[in-house]
Amino acid sequence: MTSPAASAFATAPGNEPGFVVSLDGFSGPLDLLLYLLREEKIEIADIPVARIADQFLQTIHTLGLNQAADYLEMAGRLVRLKVAMLLPRRPDEEGWEDPRHELVRRLLEYQQIREIASWLERRAERQALRFPRGYLPAPPDIPPPPLVIDLAELLRAVEKIISEIPQPVLHRVVPRPLDVEGATRRIEALLAEREEIDWLDALGPERTIADLLSTLIALLELARRGGLHLHQPAPFAPLVIRRDPPRPAD
Amino acid sequence: MTPLAQLIEAALFAAARPVTAEELQTLDPDATAADVRTALDQLKEHYDFEGHAIELVEIAGGYQLLTRPTFAAAVERAQLGLRTPRLTQAALETLSVISYRQPVGRAEIEEIRGVSAGGVLRTLQERGLIEVVGRSDALGRPLLYGTTNQFLELLGLRDLGELPRTEEFAVALQPPKPDSTDSEGAAASVPAES
Repeated sequence: MTSPAASAFATAPGNEPGFVVSLDGFSGPLDLLLYLLREEKIEIADIPVARIADQFLQTIHTLGLNQAADYLEMAGRLVRLKVAMLLPRRPDEEGWEDPRHELVRRLLEYQQIREIASWLERRAERQALRFPRGYLPAPPDIPPPPLVIDLAELLRAVEKIISEIPQPVLHRVVPRPLDVEGATRRIEALLAEREEIDWLDALGPERTIADLLSTLIALLELARRGGLHLHQPAPFAPLVIRRDPPRPAD
Repeated sequence: MTPLAQLIEAALFAAARPVTAEELQTLDPDATAADVRTALDQLKEHYDFEGHAIELVEIAGGYQLLTRPTFAAAVERAQLGLRTPRLTQAALETLSVISYRQPVGRAEIEEIRGVSAGGVLRTLQERGLIEVVGRSDALGRPLLYGTTNQFLELLGLRDLGELPRTEEFAVALQPPKPDSTDSEGAAASVPAES
């Protein structure tokens, strides 16, 4: 019955005959307009506004509002032109100017830009075949967005850090080495009482740099051994330390 | 080769970017601008007539050593060099407007292309192909854009004067002819539209 080749040409039932122009391939409303004129094999200076306006509207009707935003202004312009062309005018009317004049000027201007663009493209393609020494990969088209942080946020963060330093610690000789065992014992004791503690509990009353580091190392070590579970709900949020659920014996 | 030509060869090899004639002249305190030009010619001839795979190219206001196009495919196959990524149609059109109308503001670019240009302008700026060259006196003092040396490098142009003159394109930008008087009568009573 139907060969595969024939079915490939069949249009979906209910669809308009002909093919739907996808706007993704166009770089703007002028591009689409030029395309429609070429399809109709029409001179730019001789636009049948009514027909082209209808086709233009039909094409952008298939789009969501977001994608069509750039095309709506042109659609409005075309409808206005169509109206202006349909209005009758007296044969002896002085100073009548073809309302298409402005659009034709823009289309010609755009067409010239298109020609320049394709000249640039050919040049760039040719030049791309000549490599300089010490080739560096070109930067990616879209670099990651820069970190957006305002001054108030930055100051708050700095203030928080400063407030947690008990006194200036520059050049102070730490009187004793890190006490990881002590911190381990403290954390284990706390976890024996409670299922969950937070970072400040674990740190204990002493908050020198040495205590801070001892506690951190103890926590990491305990987590590695499987005695507890570390969790940080959000970036820069306080750590939540949870006792590892008792496991069934192997 | 003369000692100056050798110096220039060393400098061009060491620099990964186009080097201007003025910069090259500082290689030898005794060299004049004419000496540099002679030496450059000699170097260029040397590469061109002795079967070298690199050539001396005048580009972006300076001179650079580049591999010859013949070897591009092999160099790429060996993954020793990569072609710069192609520009999108939107980027090419925007560059066209800027290169011919610079300094030019965003509004004019958008008027010519009929689409908003913010995203493309940002991308081109990030790739270093355009830069802000000033501000217009118009309301809101909008930024004006111009092309960069990197734009010339991308296209292999010596300077902007190498861009083709607009009259050389098929569509010369001229105001369309006003309606000729003889067709006036026919078109007058009934609109030409079907």
